[in-house]
Amino acid sequence: MGSRASSLLREEDIEEIKKETGFSHSQITRLYSRFHSLDKGENGALSREDFQRIPELAINPLGDRIINAFFPEGTNKKYTAREDQVNFRGFMRTLAHFRPVEDNEKNKDLTSGEPLNSRTNKLHFAFQLYDLDRDDKISRDELLQVLRMMVGVNISDEQLGSIADRTIQEADTNGDMCISFSEFTKVLEKVDVEQKMSIRFLH
Amino acid sequence: MEAAWDIAFVLFQVWLSIVVGLIMLPAMFGMSLGFTDIYIKVLVKTLEWATLRIQRGQNEQPTLPSQSANGIIEKDDGSMEEKIRQLRRSHPDNLAGGDFTLCDAFYFCKKGIENIVEDQVTQRFTSEELASWNLLTRTNNNFRYISVRLTIIWGLGVFIRYCILLPLRITLAVIGLSWLVIGTTLVGLLPSSNVKNWLSDLVHITCYRICARALSATIRYHNKENRPKKGGICVANHTSPIDIVILANDGCYAMVGQVHGGLMGVIQRSMVRSCPHVWFERAEMKDRHAVAKRLKEHIADKTKLPILIFPEGTCINNTSVMMFKKGSFEIGGTIYPVAIKYDPQFGDAFWNSAKYNMVSYILRMMTSWAIVCNVWYLAPMTRQDGEDAVHFANRVKSAIAQQGGLVDLSWDGGLKRERVKESFKEEQQKMYSSMIVGLDCHEASVGPE
Repeated sequence: MGSRASSLLREEDIEEIKKETGFSHSQITRLYSRFHSLDKGENGALSREDFQRIPELAINPLGDRIINAFFPEGTNKKYTAREDQVNFRGFMRTLAHFRPVEDNEKNKDLTSGEPLNSRTNKLHFAFQLYDLDRDDKISRDELLQVLRMMVGVNISDEQLGSIADRTIQEADTNGDMCISFSEFTKVLEKVDVEQKMSIRFLH
Repeated sequence: MEAAWDIAFVLFQVWLSIVVGLIMLPAMFGMSLGFTDIYIKVLVKTLEWATLRIQRGQNEQPTLPSQSANGIIEKDDGSMEEKIRQLRRSHPDNLAGGDFTLCDAFYFCKKGIENIVEDQVTQRFTSEELASWNLLTRTNNNFRYISVRLTIIWGLGVFIRYCILLPLRITLAVIGLSWLVIGTTLVGLLPSSNVKNWLSDLVHITCYRICARALSATIRYHNKENRPKKGGICVANHTSPIDIVILANDGCYAMVGQVHGGLMGVIQRSMVRSCPHVWFERAEMKDRHAVAKRLKEHIADKTKLPILIFPEGTCINNTSVMMFKKGSFEIGGTIYPVAIKYDPQFGDAFWNSAKYNMVSYILRMMTSWAIVCNVWYLAPMTRQDGEDAVHFANRVKSAIAQQGGLVDLSWDGGLKRERVKESFKEEQQKMYSSMIVGLDCHEASVGPE
C-alpha cells in the first residue's frame, strides 16, 4: 500500500539528497510529487518545455533565465542525462539555494564546504541570472539583454543604455567596464539576501 | 444444463425486480427509501475510524494529515511594487533619471522559483489531494501501510465496490438511459401541448433520478427559491459531465452542446424530440454570432426551458473557479448562477480528460463510494448598464466562488491544453517599466491633462 509517486524514489537517493541539500525527508517526498507532476513525459527528467507549461512562470519576464539555471553547462552526469534535461537530483540541488538560512544549520558533511543556501551561493545564483555566457563577468551587453527581458518594449534603447551604463559605473571598482562577482556582492552588501532569496518550505 | 440456465434466469428476474421495486419506482415518484442515507452514515463512521487509525499509526507527526493538504511552501503575497521597493530600501540611492537596481532581479527570481514549486494553475487540472485517506486505492498517494485491520477493511471495501455496487450501478445506468431514449421518443410522438411538456419533464427527471441512484449520489440543494426559471440562463462551475445529472435532478433544463455520434448522438436526437435542446454542429460552434443568435432565440421564447451553460469551457478539479468565457454573458436575459461543490471524501468527481477517457471515467465513478455534493442556487443577476460582458462574467464568477468556498482565479481553463498568451508577460514588463522610469513619467504628466 505504498505511495505510487515516491515508490520510484529510493531511500538511498533520499538520504543523499538530504545530505547534499539539507531538505527534510518529507519535504523531499513532497517535492518529488511536484517533480513527477511536472514531468509530463514520465521519463524521470524535466525539459525546458515542462517548465514553460507553468503559466505563472511563462509570464515571468525572467522566466527563461530562471529555467536556464536548472540546466547547468556541460553534462554533469549526476544531475542531467542530456544537456536539455534535468533529473530530480539536479532539480533539488537548484531549489536548495532557496532554503532559508538557519542559525543552527549543521551541514558538515558537504564536500563543497559551504551549504547551497548560504548568502554567497544565493548571491551567485542571482549573479548567474545576469551572466548570460557564464564567464563570471556581467558585461554591458549582457546587462542590456537582461534589462530588455525585464522591461519589454516599454523603454527606448537609449534610456536602457544609460541605465546600464549607470549601473556598471556604480558597481565597477576595477575599471574593466564589467561587473565581477565580488563587485556584485559589494554593491548588494546591505540587501537582506537571506530573506529575499529564501522560500519558506512547510514541514 | 437446462436446470442451470433456469436457475440463472430466475436469479436474474429476482435481481431485476429488486432493482425495479426498490430503486426505480421510488425514483420515479421522487421518494427515497432511505437506503442511500443509511449507506452514507455507515460510510462516514467507517472513514472516521480509518482516519483515527492512520493518525495513531503516524504517532511521530500527529498533526500531519491536516497539514499535507496545505501546500508545500508559504508564500507571502505582495504586489510587484511593494516587493521591489522593499528590496531597494537597503540599496544606496540612485541618481535621478532611472530607478533600476541589480537586486530587482531577486523579486522575479523568487517568484519564479515559488511558482516552480507550487503554482495556482496546474494543480487545478489534477485531482485534489485528500487530507486523509478514504480507503480507495486510487487516492493512496502519501499514506503508507498502517495496520492489518485497515487492510482488511480496505479489502472488504474493494469487494463491496466492485462486486456488489458496480453491477447494481451499471444495471441502473442502463435502465436509466434506455428509459430516457424510449420515453422521450414516445413523448415526441404527441402533438405540442401542455400535457406533452409535463410528460417530457417527467421523463427527463425520472431518468436523471435513476442515473443519480446509479452513482449513489446524495445531493443537497440550497436556496431552492432561486431555481432557474424559463427564459433564463443557468450558469454553473464545471467539474465533470456528472454536473448535468446533479442539476437536472431538481429541475428541467435545455442542454447546450455539440452534436456527437454514437450513443451520445442517439440520446441527443431522442431528447430533442420531446423538448427543445440546443445542439450545434461542429462547424457552427466556431461562428460565435450564429451561436449567440440561436441562444437568444431560445431564451426569447418564454415557454422553453432555461439553458444550462458551463462558461469555464472545460472541467476543473472543484477547488477553484477559472475564467468564465464571456460568450454566454453577452446574450442578455437573466443569469441564474449555481455553485456545485463535491465532497471529495466519498469519491472524486473530477474528470481529468487528459488521463482518462469517458468510459474509464464512468467506471471510476461507479466504483467510488458515493458522490456527495452541495448545490447552491444563487440570486439571479443581470447585466448592469454600462457593464461589459467580461466584467459581468467576473461578477458572476466571484459570487459562485464565494458561495461554493472555491478559489476565484482569473486564469483561463484552456491553459489545460494551451500555452499562456504573450500579452500577460507584456503586462508584467509594463508594470516593471513604470517602476524604473516612474520619475520621468510623473514629471512629464505634470501639466493640464
